Amino acid sequence: MNAPAYNFAYLDEQTKRMIRRAILKAIAIPGYQVPFASREMPMPYGWGTGGVQVTAAILGPADVLKVIDQGSDDTTNAISIRKFFGKTAGVATTTSTADATVIQTRHRIPEAPLHAGQVLVYQVPIPEPLRFLEPRETETRRMHALGEYGLMHVKLYEDIARFGHIATSYAYPVKVNARYVMDPSPTPKFDNPKMDNCPALQLFGAGREKRIYAIPPHTEVVSLDFEDHPFTRYRFDAPCALCGAGDSYLDEIVTDDKGGRMFVCSDTDYCGSRQSAGHRGSESAAPHKERAHG
Amino acid sequence: MAEPQVSLHDDQPLLVADHLGKNYGRLTACRDVSFALYPGEVLAIVGESGSGKSTLLQLLSAQLAPSAGRVSYRMRDGVLRDLAALGEAERRFLFRTDWGFVHQDPAQGLRMAVSAGANVGERLMAVGWNHYGRIRDTASSWLERVEIDTARIDDAPRTYSGGMRQRLQIARNLVTEPRLVFMDEPTGGLDVSVQARLLDLMRNLVSELGLAAIVVTHDLAVARLLSHRVMVMKGGRVIETGLTDQVLDDPREPYTQLLVSSILPA
Amino acid sequence: MTAMIDITNAGKTFVMHLQGGVELPVVRGVSFQVEPGECVVLSGPSGAGKSSILKMIFGNYRCDGGRIGIWHRGAVIDLATAEPRQVLSVRRSTVGYVSQFLRAVPRVATIDVVAEPLIANGTARAEAREKAGALLRRLNIPERLWALPPSTFSGGEQQRVNIARGFISDLPILLLDEPTASLDAANRAVVVELIGQKKREKVAMVAIVHDDEIRHLIADRIVDVTSFAAAA
Repeated sequence: MNAPAYNFAYLDEQTKRMIRRAILKAIAIPGYQVPFASREMPMPYGWGTGGVQVTAAILGPADVLKVIDQGSDDTTNAISIRKFFGKTAGVATTTSTADATVIQTRHRIPEAPLHAGQVLVYQVPIPEPLRFLEPRETETRRMHALGEYGLMHVKLYEDIARFGHIATSYAYPVKVNARYVMDPSPTPKFDNPKMDNCPALQLFGAGREKRIYAIPPHTEVVSLDFEDHPFTRYRFDAPCALCGAGDSYLDEIVTDDKGGRMFVCSDTDYCGSRQSAGHRGSESAAPHKERAHG
Repeated sequence: MAEPQVSLHDDQPLLVADHLGKNYGRLTACRDVSFALYPGEVLAIVGESGSGKSTLLQLLSAQLAPSAGRVSYRMRDGVLRDLAALGEAERRFLFRTDWGFVHQDPAQGLRMAVSAGANVGERLMAVGWNHYGRIRDTASSWLERVEIDTARIDDAPRTYSGGMRQRLQIARNLVTEPRLVFMDEPTGGLDVSVQARLLDLMRNLVSELGLAAIVVTHDLAVARLLSHRVMVMKGGRVIETGLTDQVLDDPREPYTQLLVSSILPA
Repeated sequence: MTAMIDITNAGKTFVMHLQGGVELPVVRGVSFQVEPGECVVLSGPSGAGKSSILKMIFGNYRCDGGRIGIWHRGAVIDLATAEPRQVLSVRRSTVGYVSQFLRAVPRVATIDVVAEPLIANGTARAEAREKAGALLRRLNIPERLWALPPSTFSGGEQQRVNIARGFISDLPILLLDEPTASLDAANRAVVVELIGQKKREKVAMVAIVHDDEIRHLIADRIVDVTSFAAAA
């Protein structure tokens, strides 16, 4: 059977133009949610249909694509999207943060600093940060338009009242360019400071909710907080068990059914490059070698 | 006679209704209503269902655009402004700061899933308060003022009784020290004993804070206890107006006499 | 000297719309004056319109015509044509009304019920409560009752609470609607004393009293209401 007659990067050119127009508008109004005519994609909602459409609209033949899911290049979602674009666009793919020109991500910002010319595409499930307390779309739009953001602090207040500190640890709301309050997608709040004044372009696509928003390079992004409960990053207080990194966001891995666990970098590329450079953690082992259970 | 006190130091009206009217097609919900409300004055609008009193309240609080006439409000800078000429941002700001609106159903005026403290604190956060401790202290002192146990500050109002919810709604509205509060049947859904407590509380707060209020009620006892002045509405028009005890003790219009005679003696 | 109350040709008719618009004339041509420090007692049989006149002077009943001049804050104000807020202003700083019946708000302690008029006019709470206590003691309301709301009291006790509330103020005009009815001799004497004290403070008073003995004790002048009786 001949190769199917897909257009480059799956979407037809008219659709890409429509999405690019939405992206341009989003870049022009940092943090503002631009509605767009989200298409049906050959994957279910929740698997990155918004991010995939944004990526498809900006991808060119010379781009190098990296796809991560929870920081990892080798989970199902990351692999299938990478393969999807490999097949429909024929672009080069990579797991290296530094080498990629377009990085599609679910739930993480890579540890390695991004540089100018790169585009980070976020997959977003619920783009509306006010939705938690205000179910009416008409009302949330008006609140954005008028800059009425008291409600965001109600959410943070509830956290402190209930847990003694701001317990929101992901999808932590930010104010972009001192104007729009934005949901940074369910990235851990550990990553929030990386959004601020980032040299790369950050694009957000929500397929089911049909919204695109953006943070242009070098834009101020401030995490909301209270004077007496300032924003703090959070990470497990441990070095990575594999590469020994003390500054990366860690995943907790349960290793047995007796309470054994280890903490490892969630960013597999970062962890791998550190190990190649000779860094070692307490549990580091040669790849592909089973650890003896005891 | 126990009667509410009014502050009369300010001779400038706070709110002025000028030949207000509202039609829905050929149906006239409200017509030719004119009056001036002064700072610290409590006006009751009474009448039975369908008399146009709720429509009037919505017109006065700029939630509904009038078909005729206008409502003007003296802003905090002392300038009387036509509400229809305010931008939406200004109008909403007014609603969050200088005005309060107490709904008959507290669920409409509260965020039922959010703690009492946050319900009271929301208006403060909306005007830029950014210190958790101070917001919480202020919320807590307001809960005390409306006689809600401060130990329940972190409970959501859906765990509250009807009377507590209504008192919480009042605290939520008064925390920004508004100058004018609209109340739509504030005691409507409550037991008689709970009503008495709420009325007493509202009466004290209104006089302590020198609040002006416009209270829509079908309950003449509420009007007598809370208001200085009363407007009787029927068929969308104000048929009689005057000092509350004057209108209730010496009603002139046939309809007002009927209303007054139909209440059970206290 | 300017009269505190100056009523000229005032009249009142009730129109009973629920009884097919029957007109019930109450009084007409009411004219009299009350000077500072003077107690005028209205006399006449029941139904002659004594209470109605008192209520007209308080602005509680509206007049059909005529004029009810009240010396209020250095000027004469006509209650027959006054705006509601002017009437309230008059009640706040000039005219007090002592009725037989207490219309108290539930849940408020007796001492606060009595102190309220003073507090509303700017007296400090502690001072107002002290004066309230003194008056209650004088009217033989035992101290253990002061913290309770008067709604639970007997009729006579409630009336005395109401008298204390009416007399605590320093208003220049007081309207007394049967202040001694159903009081025992000792308490009647206290009320007579209080009225005398008010006279010395140059308070103008209009009273309705049925007890002849009391009337003689307090009246400087008697105005016979039957002369104002409206022909039915």
